[in-house]
Amino acid sequence: MITAITIIRLRDLFAVIMLFGLYSLLSAALFVALSAPDVAFTEAVVGAGISTVLMLATLALTSRYEKRPAHRAWLPLAVVLVTGAFLIYGTIDIAPFGAPDNPVHQHVAPRYLEQSGEEIGIPNVVTSVLASYRGYDTLGETAVVFTAGMGVLVLLGGAARRLRRKRREE
Amino acid sequence: MDLLGHYNYWIVIFLMMAGLYTVISRGNLVKKIAGLNIFQTSVFIMFISFGYISGGAAPILEDGVSLYSNPLPHVLILTAIVVGVATTALGLALVVRIREAYGTVEEDEIHVQDEDF
Amino acid sequence: MQHHRILRVVTKFFLPLILLFGLYVQFHGDYGPGGGFQAGVIVAAAMILYTLVFGFGNATRVAPPAILRACSAAGVLIYLGTGVANMLLGADFLDYGSFVPDHRSHGEHYGILAVELGVGLTVASTLLLIFFAFAGRSETEDAD
Repeated sequence: MITAITIIRLRDLFAVIMLFGLYSLLSAALFVALSAPDVAFTEAVVGAGISTVLMLATLALTSRYEKRPAHRAWLPLAVVLVTGAFLIYGTIDIAPFGAPDNPVHQHVAPRYLEQSGEEIGIPNVVTSVLASYRGYDTLGETAVVFTAGMGVLVLLGGAARRLRRKRREE
Repeated sequence: MDLLGHYNYWIVIFLMMAGLYTVISRGNLVKKIAGLNIFQTSVFIMFISFGYISGGAAPILEDGVSLYSNPLPHVLILTAIVVGVATTALGLALVVRIREAYGTVEEDEIHVQDEDF
Repeated sequence: MQHHRILRVVTKFFLPLILLFGLYVQFHGDYGPGGGFQAGVIVAAAMILYTLVFGFGNATRVAPPAILRACSAAGVLIYLGTGVANMLLGADFLDYGSFVPDHRSHGEHYGILAVELGVGLTVASTLLLIFFAFAGRSETEDAD
């Protein structure tokens, strides 16, 4: 939480990015505490690794400091407080944290946990659900990653431009 | 009304609102993308805490463990994290191009240049 | 030049270890946490480390963007190919059990291995390609 507040207040973007890496690492630790090692692994590598590196690269291509805001941000603060209040009101009826008989743990999840041993036979249930039971979604996700890569190439022209410039200089 | 059982959701809501506030109020585009990422990560924390069972182990089948945490949110969040990094990369590429086109990444200066059209 | 030398030596030491760990995570995704995505990102991060320390020119010589583009597409095609192969064997799309009809769980295992391979390949090459696109734009030599 403290990292989130500091990210908002700081104007030195380099420090903001470092704090963002710290925020991702803390989230990954939280995921481990919530018994989700797969997710913690992915969040740690992706958030504290790739996202941070890409933002640093963007910073190298743009300016490092943020301009001081021209006017006090009362309206966004009010919007955020009202939305937060509504969301907190919505959590009153939420099932208690960690109870085994929550509605989310019925129906499909016990079936996956029980049947995955015989039907697929690998210990990691998350991988078996990801790659076999919900394999179609993972196909879509791979396509999304590929498309994002192509989009970035269209926007930024790949590395070909710099290589061509280097070859011309040599 | 189980107040103390919900405090983790309040923390998540606070993080979500912090991210939302960053996106709305700050004019610098890079900071907006950082705020968006904060928002995304807080939603992931919420989903994983939905899937948590007290005393449950990680969803890797082992002998001697009877209670597992729910694997379904883990799968969804795994996909969501990767899609999130894909959109962040695209967003940052757009920011770089905007900087080259307008010379700045501050939102109000971009608006001024657009109105001059 | 002194601290550059230390960085180079340390990176040369660590890079094979990181790549080995990425390979381990890729293939042990069935038995522990891990799988295609994590492995792909780890390999991409190792290559980014190489680029940061040894320079953009060396990195593009090790991993030319043309090959990376091909790898990226190949990963998605491996995934699709597995599904189509299942259809050719008469079962539904992505029904891995049809690879070994007597022992469906073995077929599922093969299918998951192939699919994770495709995913890891695409993720690694795409993330590296994105980084090269960003780094190729900067005016200075170091992509810092």
